[in-house]
Amino acid sequence: MYEIACPHCGPRAQLEFTYERTVDSVVVPGLDATEAMQTLYTRANPMGLDEEVWRHTFGCRAWLVLTRHRVTHVIEAVHAVGPETLP
Amino acid sequence: MSGGPARPGSGAETINFIFDGTAYQARPGDTLAAALLANGVGLVGRSFKYHRPRGVMTAGVEEPNALVTVGRGGRAEPNTRATDLFVYEGMVATSQNRWPSLWFDVASVFGLAAPALSAGFYYKTFFGPAKQWMYYEWFIRRAAGLGKAPTETDPDNFSQRAGFCDVLVVGSGPAGLKAALAAAESGSRVMLVEQDAVPGGSLLRDPDPALDSAWIERTLARIKTLGGYVLLRTTASGYWDHNFLTLTERLAEPGAVPAHGFAQRLWHVRAGRVVLATGLIERPVPFSHNDRPGVMLSQAVRTYLRRFGVIPGKRVVIATNNDDAYLTAEALREAGAEVLAILDSRAPGSGPSMAAGFTVLYDARPAGVTGRKHALRKVTALVGAGELSWEADLLAVSGGFVPVAHLHMQAGGKLEWNEDAQAFVPGATPQECVTVGAAAAPPSASPATLAGHPKKSFVDFQNDVTLADIDLAWQEGYRSVEHLKRYTTLGMATDQGKTSNMVALSRLAEKQGVAMPDAGLTTFRPPFTPVTMGLLAGAGARNAGAHVRRIALHDLHAAQDPLWQPMGYWFRPRAYPVNGETLSDAALREAFVVRTSVGLTDVSTLGKFEISGPDAGALLEVVCATTASKLAVGRGRYTFMLREDGFVFDDGTIWRLGEQRFLLTSSTGGADRMAGHLSYIRNYLRSDMRCSVVNVQEHFAGIALAGPRARAVLAALIGSEPPRHMSAAPAVLAGVPVIVLAASYSGERAFEIYAEATMASDVWHAIAAAVAAEGGAPYGLEAMELLRIEKGHVVVGGEVDGRTTPHDLGLHKMLNKAGGFVGASGLERAALKAAGRYNLVGLESLEGPIAEGAMLVGRAGTSPQGHVTAAGRRILEGGSIALAHLLDGHMRRGEVITVTSPTRGIKTRARVTSPHFYDPAGERYRD
Repeated sequence: MYEIACPHCGPRAQLEFTYERTVDSVVVPGLDATEAMQTLYTRANPMGLDEEVWRHTFGCRAWLVLTRHRVTHVIEAVHAVGPETLP
Repeated sequence: MSGGPARPGSGAETINFIFDGTAYQARPGDTLAAALLANGVGLVGRSFKYHRPRGVMTAGVEEPNALVTVGRGGRAEPNTRATDLFVYEGMVATSQNRWPSLWFDVASVFGLAAPALSAGFYYKTFFGPAKQWMYYEWFIRRAAGLGKAPTETDPDNFSQRAGFCDVLVVGSGPAGLKAALAAAESGSRVMLVEQDAVPGGSLLRDPDPALDSAWIERTLARIKTLGGYVLLRTTASGYWDHNFLTLTERLAEPGAVPAHGFAQRLWHVRAGRVVLATGLIERPVPFSHNDRPGVMLSQAVRTYLRRFGVIPGKRVVIATNNDDAYLTAEALREAGAEVLAILDSRAPGSGPSMAAGFTVLYDARPAGVTGRKHALRKVTALVGAGELSWEADLLAVSGGFVPVAHLHMQAGGKLEWNEDAQAFVPGATPQECVTVGAAAAPPSASPATLAGHPKKSFVDFQNDVTLADIDLAWQEGYRSVEHLKRYTTLGMATDQGKTSNMVALSRLAEKQGVAMPDAGLTTFRPPFTPVTMGLLAGAGARNAGAHVRRIALHDLHAAQDPLWQPMGYWFRPRAYPVNGETLSDAALREAFVVRTSVGLTDVSTLGKFEISGPDAGALLEVVCATTASKLAVGRGRYTFMLREDGFVFDDGTIWRLGEQRFLLTSSTGGADRMAGHLSYIRNYLRSDMRCSVVNVQEHFAGIALAGPRARAVLAALIGSEPPRHMSAAPAVLAGVPVIVLAASYSGERAFEIYAEATMASDVWHAIAAAVAAEGGAPYGLEAMELLRIEKGHVVVGGEVDGRTTPHDLGLHKMLNKAGGFVGASGLERAALKAAGRYNLVGLESLEGPIAEGAMLVGRAGTSPQGHVTAAGRRILEGGSIALAHLLDGHMRRGEVITVTSPTRGIKTRARVTSPHFYDPAGERYRD
């Protein structure tokens, strides 16, 4: 089980987090059908560092982007993403 | 056993236990294996496949032979190693894989048919003729599993606990104790775990005057004084990422009644650094009948002699390829046993100086043994080119030593080949982890040269894999060790090949003509030793597995003693039977009341989200596949949501409560998923939008009021005209502020009335009284199901099953033409627009009832063309109807097809119709 350093809460066990997807599989608004399906189904799967979207679902609920090594599982960076403030 | 008792001295046996129905006595501190050997019991079990007699081979957790079932009823634990089980008063243990008794086992005659069960037997059999399969099935049924799992509930509890430390030391042998002490002295928080009940590791077998029991006691006391944890009877069973380890702590021996109700504890430990002082496992030696009771690992013999005071044999032959076994010869002599010969496979002159006084034969290796039930009779060896034999009751063997590198490998570590020790030793590791002691530096051993018949030379004792099986796999082209493992089942038993993997690898390397390190290695996976399911479930066992949340009006419903149904996290009334009605009678009566008068039901569990802000409408148009922002304030609409691939995953309603304020409802079961989806879109995908999403699912309780009299009843309750269909309005009901949404799921004029959960019971009571005065009644989920099937409304999990597009469900006309919603691009895929998809249709039975889940076929014997998703009836007129997914169903209205459920023996003919059976134009709820 990973130890993930949440920028808000500090180091926490992986079971507090949920994995969403790799950053490269985010279907951003405005893609056409071909691009969207390529984004969803044709992935890089690099043997090395990759960026992933996670959420501290059972903690502060913040959305995070992790830079994680796919072989050693070392998490090199964690940063919070999302809106700065609510309206 | 001949020549006096197996254990000198008497009077110390104070513990009573039963093995296979016979009462025995043990000394405190005995393992079951030690106690049985002390009582002259050498035959402890039968092997898995051939039912060969088996005895105790080791003195540790690696034991492949002496597996027993211990304990009674729900506490019974099968496949427990007799060498890893400490005897307690009243313990009841039974042997496995035998019938009718261990002494006389009928199936052992099938051992004679051994060739029939060779490597790859299952694979070959599955392709064989059917008749052959019938014959083999008997073997397979018996072979499927070792001991029997108990059928009763385990009466004990299992706890789980988190642990944190700077240094975790695994193993309390000399190296582990020293490492733990040094770490504690330097100020680190230390956890020291030992799987044995007694600390000391190899010191229990090979005492060291400088490191005696007093030193061990002092060391442990010092570690504890410095704040360290010492956990005995605790196995580091798994080493995961980021120095996370799971420890399994036994609070009571298997099968015993735990003192405080808890049988075991699972530790989740995050360690700064891990020190593995896990020691060695001795390698067995293959030769003919090397699996018989009376063939034992050399260090195990020493352990029984020195730790337990048990003499496992009186006339002993020792076979070795290293110096360590000579210590066993000394220990045997000390205990008064006769060492007939030491067979050393190495060249003359090898071996330590203490060899003096023993008959040592060089270039010698065991070739075979014969035996009686409980011990050996004769040992035959190949010495040089000649053959010699001895009348011996015990053969102590040592084929070298294998470092216990399991945790190191689980941590992602590499292994390095150590030629001197003929063993793999721990190498580099990506985690903060180091191996110390004997596991890092095993003693010298020479390469094995074998004698004996491969068909009778066992490698994996637990799964009955012989050298011949490995040879056969090789012959049939299984070159990779991973393939060999799967083909022969080698190393796949509960011992995970602790004693067999290296023997098999060396055979494979020999076949390939390569050096050991080039033959490849199998993967070491957690757990190190078996872990009970109860421990993993922990506090989540029994009713604690899933939390039951109570809806706001739970007690109010409970007072009416309804039938309950789990729905999401909650229980909701399924029906409110009166006068001993059955479920279906009650549901039909309740549905009839809604169709003819008025009924009320609790809909509090629906997903509810309040979305507000300048971009609230725009956000909804990303989430929902329908329009949203065009709604006038006070109006609502039906909507549905798509996954990115274009399939429908949920549905609900949108209500515009204010210029910048919307309420979104969604299905009960999908509410969590919807909450996550909304959060992803709002906070990650479109974090530029100015809006907030608040989950108000349990903040509001919801009551649906439905039926032709609903409008009149509600008008009287709120003192004004209720909103028209698909409109929303605030109101006050029974003094409680409420939001009234005019929406219909039943097909009748209907309202959903939302009130703050804490104030909802007054609202329910007021509505219920008014409904009762009209001759109406509360209705449950079963009636709601009948109503919605007749109306043709889809339900998530039924018709919306993750494989349906809006077009399949007939919802495509509602799609937002402007696009821009999640799934819009996915829908553009050609395959989703092509013919040959399953479409939602209605079915009207021409004969009897339609079975839910039944398949749709054109003619008998043809392929199924769909299935029934929900079956119901016309509530007022009677007659069986259903909703179904049918291949190209939109084009097949009027066709007659067969609806069949062969497993239930229900078959009927039905006409394909529109899914909307009742008031398709929606005239009943419009003003």
